[in-house]
Amino acid sequence: MTGPGNPAGTLAQDAAPARPRWQIILVRPETMTFALLVLAFIVASVLSPFFLDASYILDSFTYYAEFALVALVLTMLIISGEIDLSAASMMSLSSCLFAVAYQAGVPVPLCVLVSLGAGLLLGAFNGLLVIGLQLPSIIVTIGTLIMYRGFAQVIAGDKSISKFPEWFVGINYRDLLGVPVPIIVFVVAAIILSLVLGTTILGRQIYQIGTNEVAARHAGIRTRRIKFLLFVMMGLISSVAGLMTASRLASVRYDLGLGGELQMVLMAMLGGTYIFGGRGSILGTFLAAWLLVIIATGMTVANIQANVQLTVMGLLLIVSIIATNLIYSRTQR
Amino acid sequence: MFNKTLFALAAGTALMTGFAALAQDKIDIVFIGKNTGNPYFDSLTGGFVDACAVIACNFEFVAPATAEATSQIPFITAQIQRGVDVIAISPNSPDALNQVFDEARAAGILVLTVNGDITGSEAHRDATILPTNFDAVGHDQVEMVGSLIGYEGEIAILSATTEAPDQNKWIVGMNETLANDPKYAKMKLVATVYGDDQPEKSTTEMEALLSTYPDLKGVIAPTTVGIAAAAQVVQSRGIADKVKVTGLGLPSEMRAFVKDGTVTGFQLWSPGNEGWLAAHFAVGVKNGTIKNEVGGTFEVPNLGTITINPNNSMNTQAALTTFNAENIDDFNF
Repeated sequence: MTGPGNPAGTLAQDAAPARPRWQIILVRPETMTFALLVLAFIVASVLSPFFLDASYILDSFTYYAEFALVALVLTMLIISGEIDLSAASMMSLSSCLFAVAYQAGVPVPLCVLVSLGAGLLLGAFNGLLVIGLQLPSIIVTIGTLIMYRGFAQVIAGDKSISKFPEWFVGINYRDLLGVPVPIIVFVVAAIILSLVLGTTILGRQIYQIGTNEVAARHAGIRTRRIKFLLFVMMGLISSVAGLMTASRLASVRYDLGLGGELQMVLMAMLGGTYIFGGRGSILGTFLAAWLLVIIATGMTVANIQANVQLTVMGLLLIVSIIATNLIYSRTQR
Repeated sequence: MFNKTLFALAAGTALMTGFAALAQDKIDIVFIGKNTGNPYFDSLTGGFVDACAVIACNFEFVAPATAEATSQIPFITAQIQRGVDVIAISPNSPDALNQVFDEARAAGILVLTVNGDITGSEAHRDATILPTNFDAVGHDQVEMVGSLIGYEGEIAILSATTEAPDQNKWIVGMNETLANDPKYAKMKLVATVYGDDQPEKSTTEMEALLSTYPDLKGVIAPTTVGIAAAAQVVQSRGIADKVKVTGLGLPSEMRAFVKDGTVTGFQLWSPGNEGWLAAHFAVGVKNGTIKNEVGGTFEVPNLGTITINPNNSMNTQAALTTFNAENIDDFNF
């Protein structure tokens, strides 16, 4: 039974049996995230009678919406086999540039453009070092994480810059049909990015690059160009997130988003993204963002101390990494 | 019929909860500290706890992990969600909390700033409980360090966070005293650095001061975390006779340094008394026995008569208490 579709001439009965459909749909990291989400919801409701309030939960999500937005693009970058830990520092530097330009009297729309342009450049710089100089992205972005925040502190100083125009601040107090604007931005971005990742050729190519970069390159995929594009996207989305944070807090400080890189990676990992690349989904990160918010909000409204919250987050991360690795290694073909 | 049973059940439960609410007329007070891991707030909280053991209130203490300007916002929203009666807070920012404070007051919650006021935004809170007359702290601290260094030489300030309204008020007072009072004309303020109320950062800043200003003679650290860190540095280096450390410190933390001569004297008030006063004031206002009006007075057991000063501010004690080798053993906080 040789032929174009069967070059080695294997017999049909020697092929491995297909996995049952229910297994393909259910046994995947996103299901685990969803199960944890439901569990967290139940536990939070039991911990405090004040938790089950839709508008309160949505309001609390706005505190994390900026990090969640960047985590979506970070997921795509991790799937392609790289990582970017400098995102929170890019948020800070681009919003400090916005604030300093505003203080200098530049009209606000121009300041926004300056901030977005800075985000593009910062992301491009990361991409240049990783792709142009062939350096490991984790080392490069740890370096730029420190450098960008240092620049932010140099240009903005120790104090906060505020007094932005009325129409710019309070993005989390504006809502559409009862849902705060930052959440709408997050959901729309999630839908767009999941369509890109799941249905377009570019999306397929990102998965292929992450699975085996050499093979992808030899298959004709422009790996360097796509990875560079992802780094630039990270820069752009970080500056958008930085502006959203500046609007929500009505002020900008150099320590904006401090520690955010950890939260973003946590969301991506909890969503079942494989750290070595090639596997992951926007849906997973989306669910993981909600999971994190439910846990944090549930514990805060139950007056549980901050150190307990950190312990729970840490345990969750370990559990999700073990489960993700187990699922991926078992289903590896 | 099913509907009727349901209705009867609902009515019964409503009546019972109504009775329960009537019987339980304890005021719910929550105190939001600047950050966790700060022993100063353990003292303050102790005052609240002691008070709620004798008057009708329920007390809980929460605090964010770091003292950033906006870190308390999710905690305040959580307390509004919990429907507490009183929010007492040591604010990390003079203006970032205005919006949430307004939301709390709209929900009928009494908002008290304790241990520090939100300078410039006083309209957004109901009253403030201060430990002592803050206008005098700057002058008294300069006098303290002056008496240790012979009223001449270089001094520096090791503060907490750049946004803390109480710190900034005292620093302004110190600068004014140095500029206007001829008694301190030979003293020169060379630097003001910020330790963020973190032991590690305070230690680093202290070491940096010592390296940058070799002729430094005195350090004022008006923060219990900062003064402990500065004293530790001076003790490890053995330069207690060259550099005099003073500021606002807790007797319990500074006792060892006073006993071995590293620190000659420092100042503070009783944080426990503040909590005691705040709890009595809050319960009194909520019960209607105390009127929150400027010029009014009321009695508090152990503290005597408290006057409500302009801007609805109250001082727990008239002036700073100085601690030195003679009286340090008299205090156990």
